Amino acid sequence: MSLPHYRRAAVVALAASLGLSLAACSTKSDDGSTDAKGKVTITVDCMPVGSQKDLVKNWNDDVAEFQRQNPTITIKSVSVGEQCNNPPDFTARLAGGTVTDLFYGYMTDLQQVLDSGQAMDVTEYANKNTIPTWDSIDPALKDVFTDNGKLYAIPTKNYSMGLLYNKALFQQAGLDVNNPPKTWADVRAAAKKISALGNGIAGYADYSAGNTGGWHFTAELYAQGGQMVTADGKKADFNNAMGKQVLQNLKDMRYGDNSMGQRQLLGWGDLLTLAGAGKVGMFVGAPDATTAIVTQFQGKYQDWAMAPMPGQDAPAKGTLGGGEGYFFKKGLTKEQVEAGLKWLAYEKLTPGKGQFDYARAKPQNQPVGLPQPTMFAVGSDAQKQELELRKANANVPVENFTAFEASPAPIKGEPRNAQAIYAVLDAAMSGVLTNPNANVDALLKTAESKVNQLLASNG
Amino acid sequence: MALTTAPGTGRQPGSRQSLPDRRSRARLGRRVRDNVTGHAFLIGAMLCFALFAWYPMIRGVVMSFQRTRRGETTWVGWDNYVRIVNDPSFWTAWKNTVYFTLLALVLGYVVPFAVAIVLNEFRHAKGYLRVLVYLPVMLPPASALFLFKFYVYDPSDAGLFNAIFRALHLPTSEWMQSSTMTMPAMVIASTWMNMGGAVLIYLAALQNIPGELYEAAELDGAGIWRRIVNVTIPQTRLILTLMAMLQIVATMQLFIEPLILANGAGTQDAATSVAYLIYQHGFFQNDLNGAAALGVIMLVALGGFSAVYARLAARQD
Repeated sequence: MSLPHYRRAAVVALAASLGLSLAACSTKSDDGSTDAKGKVTITVDCMPVGSQKDLVKNWNDDVAEFQRQNPTITIKSVSVGEQCNNPPDFTARLAGGTVTDLFYGYMTDLQQVLDSGQAMDVTEYANKNTIPTWDSIDPALKDVFTDNGKLYAIPTKNYSMGLLYNKALFQQAGLDVNNPPKTWADVRAAAKKISALGNGIAGYADYSAGNTGGWHFTAELYAQGGQMVTADGKKADFNNAMGKQVLQNLKDMRYGDNSMGQRQLLGWGDLLTLAGAGKVGMFVGAPDATTAIVTQFQGKYQDWAMAPMPGQDAPAKGTLGGGEGYFFKKGLTKEQVEAGLKWLAYEKLTPGKGQFDYARAKPQNQPVGLPQPTMFAVGSDAQKQELELRKANANVPVENFTAFEASPAPIKGEPRNAQAIYAVLDAAMSGVLTNPNANVDALLKTAESKVNQLLASNG
Repeated sequence: MALTTAPGTGRQPGSRQSLPDRRSRARLGRRVRDNVTGHAFLIGAMLCFALFAWYPMIRGVVMSFQRTRRGETTWVGWDNYVRIVNDPSFWTAWKNTVYFTLLALVLGYVVPFAVAIVLNEFRHAKGYLRVLVYLPVMLPPASALFLFKFYVYDPSDAGLFNAIFRALHLPTSEWMQSSTMTMPAMVIASTWMNMGGAVLIYLAALQNIPGELYEAAELDGAGIWRRIVNVTIPQTRLILTLMAMLQIVATMQLFIEPLILANGAGTQDAATSVAYLIYQHGFFQNDLNGAAALGVIMLVALGGFSAVYARLAARQD
């Protein structure tokens, strides 16, 4: 071939590859609705990531069994890697219109999902016929995904916060592992003893970066009995004695007692890394934080126990709760929605199946026996069944969570505009944890005016 | 009758094509054939730019004047701009970004030039030294920053800087946990990460300076400092000017340093940058339109700066 021919061939190849790339860029993958034979196809995201071999196998087995039981339904699983737990990636998929037919979201995502215009109202489809345990599901969880009387997602997991503590460090510090701190004064005293062990161990640790500081400020404010915004949602409501107490508790421990360690500006993974390494005595968190400590940060289940959220002078007046669920993409057919609901019922909401298949999870060393999720209303058949199965197959020391389960604090959800508010409160949290001269009043006043400004401009 | 045809007037009716005409058509044909390849490649590049640069940019400007709520996109005029300017962190972000840029000019601009001058003086092992200086550029930025976060800037005495300072009986710092040290610490890390490329560019410029100029300066009794001021800097002015502009535009887009070193905003917002604020609005605050507005403000600011700078530089020349 002469040189010009090579050049021509190169041009053709370039044009062809460009065309192919452009074709590949179009993401109309969700094309399978109902075919001529009445077969329904749905795409579902947040399949477990490849590194979690057992979980992937369980998921694939469940898909195969579900399809065997429902020969007219095909589930196309989509793994988006760890992105399922990464809000920016979720937002990008939502904005880009590349979400799957059934797509995973946090309870705090409802607003942005509605604003994106991509969620479908599934009120008329969610019932006992599609989800046999529907009437047993805690109504409070359904409410979180309801807007103006319309249901937009099916709740599949929930959590609430408490005080996680390291039993091994408690023992080393001469503390009673069966009598965890109940008030912030108790936390402070215990933190002092634990940090006295030295070796860079923090008696108590808390977040102050990446919006997690504001998240924990909220949880600790709820425990004091406070709220982040007024009932009408128009004004900040934390610049008061309760908000000051939250920051003062932390400042006293950090600089008064020097019991919070030197490393601050901790984000989600930072604190759990330190906890997994045995460098943290106590922190505020949900039961599944122990799962992260064990599976991602090399900690041990037997080391971690959980107590209810500490209150100021008495048990906490409230605790922060949240969770996750699955939304339905707008434009699905009735058959697709019903197929999706059936799948969620099978995989997420049936005792003994999917996420509640404890008999399968136990030998795989997946945690069984943690006190949450608690998807079913207390006293319902599904709840009793799930509890029995959980107890029968427990492989984590359930006694470590009895204190938490015995005294549940009232659960409060996250405020509207949660992430924007949390970003503002990060500064207050980082202030008291990194500046010995921080002025609690000034920090709260600044945060209050910023949140007010934010609420006013967001309408 | 003699057959006369003015050149370029086409063929006579009923006659065959004239020679010059045929030649011109052949030339045209060859030109088209030759250029079709070039144009085809150009189309590829234009498509890529249009798709991945110009379209998103135009879309960003359009989005900055819209608001999407409940799936409905409406035109809202300047509302997003008003909202973003009223954001509690707006001015903090700009103040931090400009401060970082100025600090980076002092440190990140001078140090690579000084290193290039020193390297240029070496007679031996030049190649090895260049590789050493360039090595950090080859590290992925995220890895380099994690190295700084956990190893260099550890607030305890285990941190590299604190260990050195303690050994020298100097006061230690909490680095990223100190609101006053946050920016200098980010500039140090950023300079270490990025200076390799600038050093190589300066080295290339330095090696183009004729040796006679230094010899003449030496004969006139100029010391090393005078030689730098009177020979090196004037001879590399063009490249210095260009690098200053590129550096300012790059440092104004400060993002990954606060994200990794300071976990975002840093202590009491000391690390919040404009680009980080865009990220917060777009990906955490359900406000892609506000993020687009802030992006446009930044584009205008940087574009305006570049235009003024280019004009001033041209006038100097």
